[in-house]
Amino acid sequence: MSRFAFFLGEAYRALRRNAAPSIAAVVTIAVTVLLVGVLVPVLDASGSKTNDVRNQLELKVFLFNDASKGEINSLQNRIEGIQHVESVEYVSPAQALKILEQRLEDKSLLNELNSNPLPPAFNVKLDDPDNLESVQAALSPPDSTGKPQPISSAIDDIVTGEQTQAIRSVTGAVKIMLLAIAVLLGIASLFLIGNTIRLSIYARRREVEVMQLVGATNWFIRWPFVIEGIVVGMLGAGIAVGIMVVAKAIIVDPLSDDLTLIDNFNTIAFGPLIASLVIGAMALSALGSGVTLRRFLRI
Amino acid sequence: MEESHAHTRPSRPPIVELNDVTVVYPGGHVGLERVSMKIDRGEFIFLVGPTGCGKSTFIKLLLRDLEPASGSVMVAGKDINEMERSKVPMLRRRIGTVFQDFKLLPNRTVYDNVAYALQVTGTPRAEIKRQVPEILRMVGLGAKIHNYPDELSGGEQQRVSVARAFVSHPPLLLADEPTGNLDPETSIGIMQLLYRINRTGTTVVVVTHDREMVDKMRRRVVQLYDGRVIRDQSAGLYTTDESTEEFGVRVSNELGVDFGDHDGDDIGAAL
Ligand SMILES: Nc1ncnc2c1ncn2[C@@H]1O[C@H](COP(=O)(O)OP(=O)(O)O)[C@@H](O)[C@H]1O
Ligand SMILES: [Mg+2]
Repeated sequence: MSRFAFFLGEAYRALRRNAAPSIAAVVTIAVTVLLVGVLVPVLDASGSKTNDVRNQLELKVFLFNDASKGEINSLQNRIEGIQHVESVEYVSPAQALKILEQRLEDKSLLNELNSNPLPPAFNVKLDDPDNLESVQAALSPPDSTGKPQPISSAIDDIVTGEQTQAIRSVTGAVKIMLLAIAVLLGIASLFLIGNTIRLSIYARRREVEVMQLVGATNWFIRWPFVIEGIVVGMLGAGIAVGIMVVAKAIIVDPLSDDLTLIDNFNTIAFGPLIASLVIGAMALSALGSGVTLRRFLRI
Repeated sequence: MEESHAHTRPSRPPIVELNDVTVVYPGGHVGLERVSMKIDRGEFIFLVGPTGCGKSTFIKLLLRDLEPASGSVMVAGKDINEMERSKVPMLRRRIGTVFQDFKLLPNRTVYDNVAYALQVTGTPRAEIKRQVPEILRMVGLGAKIHNYPDELSGGEQQRVSVARAFVSHPPLLLADEPTGNLDPETSIGIMQLLYRINRTGTTVVVVTHDREMVDKMRRRVVQLYDGRVIRDQSAGLYTTDESTEEFGVRVSNELGVDFGDHDGDDIGAAL
């Protein structure tokens, strides 16, 4: 316990006596955290934009015309029970005809029909397009010969919604791009923070040598540096969070009253975002200090 | 001393013992070549020789800052190159060191610099509070206890470093040109301090170019030349008679004769 107090004191001394490099490290971390703190909600918001598009993904399950009411009801229950199915909507031949009517310009075409050729169907909405295969497999699992067999004899055909495949590849690309941006940003901040910490420790290389000379163990030397890293990370993240809170109150919140667009910023919870930024910055900074020191501790 | 009585317990191993030690620096330069020597507990030794002859290499070897290419380095009977790397700090706590450039921590006061040598061993605070001012009074710095190193003269800084080296009362103290940066008068003060430390029983090894001091003190002198021991003489002078030394160097060079480990024999006397 007294040793912990000693390490705390050592870290405080280092911060006070090496003010310039410490301030550089704090500023670097503040800028990085600010960057990440602004970009994460923006990325998240653009992510939920594509989510709207993804909601239009569906499967159509066409039934035979002679399917009974009982069969239709029990099948609807079964499909709703399948994992990753968000909703199931029954479309009767009459309803289907109405939809078709609305879409067609030349309504006279329909008048020439003396009976309704459209089959009854289910529109099955999925929670995520990536689950398309698994839902399809659940609707018609392969039999012993490997051929898909519909789960009900009332099912005539299962068809993927018109644009489902296209949407799937587009949203996949957006996903990958967002991920790439996040990864690049992460790497850039690691380098930035690592470099700043390295400079600040490099300036104290001789001090570390002297400590080793009088018989300090590696951890005895390292702890104060790690604690210093935690404090630097905390200060940097604190400054960034302060700026973010003020910016949210002054810029984002008034706008969100007028523009529904900005609503998306609220999709990510501000509290957890800040908490993970602060903890991340502290961990990164402490780790950076500890790891950089390793190089000088080799005897 | 126990060693002088034939019927006492077997004597403790010498504080330092080098057996046929060769040090090769990366790049192939030979720092020390086949050096063997013993240093007994309580001795005061001067290590002399021209720049680049291997004196600092010798000091680094004892601190395990360097490892020998061959041969063994024993400190208090233990081969220090056999022990685990994690134990090296323990070795260094038992060896006080003083260097030409003081090696003080610039961000600490005089008190904190000396206290650090005790803090690394986990000495209780109360004990540190008692010992540090005491040792600082001994080296004559009682009044500058809260100053920072850059507020002190060179001589004062070196006194701090001597205090740090001695505060845990190590059995061995190594000083590598401790007066190399100091004027003659200040040097005398530092040397007196080292001598007083030696009188408490600590073995002291001093690397120096200070001819006057060596000649005046008349202690054991080990002379290195080109990585080899060319003279090991008790109560010796900084140099032997010019012609004899040159002769010794020549013999050593041409015949590879090892003049080490002849405690008390000087080349002139051997001839
Ligand atoms: N790190 C090193 N790498 C290569 N050669 C070295 C190194 N340190 C010392 N030497 C060489 O080893 C020899 C002995 O050096 P040193 O022990 O420092 O001499 P001294 O202290 O007697 O002046 C010198 O020739 C020096 O150039
Ligand atoms: Mg030297």
